Amino acid sequence: MLDDLDRRLLRHLQADPALPMPELADRAGLSPGRAARRLERLRAEGVLLGQEAVVDWHALGFALHVSLRVSLDKTAPRAFDDFLEGARNIPEVIEIQTFLGRVDVRLSVVARDLGHYQQIYRARILSLPHIADIESLMTVAVVKSDEELPL
Amino acid sequence: MTDLDDIDRALLRTLRKDAEQSASQLGRKVGLSQPATWRRIRALEAAGILTGRRLVLDAEKIGFGVTVFLGVKLATKGRVSLDDFERAVTAIREVQTVEHVLGLYDYRLRVVARDLADFERVLRRRIMTLPGVGNVEANVLLSEERRPGPI
Repeated sequence: MLDDLDRRLLRHLQADPALPMPELADRAGLSPGRAARRLERLRAEGVLLGQEAVVDWHALGFALHVSLRVSLDKTAPRAFDDFLEGARNIPEVIEIQTFLGRVDVRLSVVARDLGHYQQIYRARILSLPHIADIESLMTVAVVKSDEELPL
Repeated sequence: MTDLDDIDRALLRTLRKDAEQSASQLGRKVGLSQPATWRRIRALEAAGILTGRRLVLDAEKIGFGVTVFLGVKLATKGRVSLDDFERAVTAIREVQTVEHVLGLYDYRLRVVARDLADFERVLRRRIMTLPGVGNVEANVLLSEERRPGPI
């Protein structure tokens, strides 16, 4: 469905999303008109969904980043729905993923410091329903975070 | 940075959803003039809070049907082996994020692949051959949501 030109265009845009159209077209080896038409088509097809701003939680005062790996009690029929509904109501949860594997759900949690984290963990996380097991990984350093697709 | 006001927060929330809006569009949403909006965005960038933009693509439509989160434990430790591992792992195109973590694993990776067979190839040929790599746990992503966060 995507041809080489589409991929090239997306690759350059992915590397620098703020790139103005003439510059982007030039790098991809297309005229600005053709580049714009292709991007329009990729949007219409739902391939290109948009752009989002990246926020640095550290700079916002959230120095702690913890990845919580949760196993749920799957004998409870609404385990996933109830747990996810509860997790969505915790403001400090910035990402929620569900998995096939040893881990059922992963929550990405930010906190101002250890005291704040302990408060969130005890008061909000541990009171979420149907938790069978929970493990935490604390982020020491982010080595790579561009989340680019290998186009 | 704790001196953000409600308008700054509203700007951040809006930009995290859609970073392609012009300063005048944004200004209308938060009740500011275009120049005032522009100044605030510049200030958020200067404070290191807004760090850039990310292209949002439908990975599946581009042919990346599988995303896997890996927990990696190193077999041998020491400064040199961490550097070697990080240099090698960030060079793998299918690896989207790399985090050095504290806990059950040493690193958390996010990996994309075309399908499970392609993932097996990446795992065997690229990940398992990394310098110092030990135990690896894989969880296949089923669903994902990004939350607004505590802004």
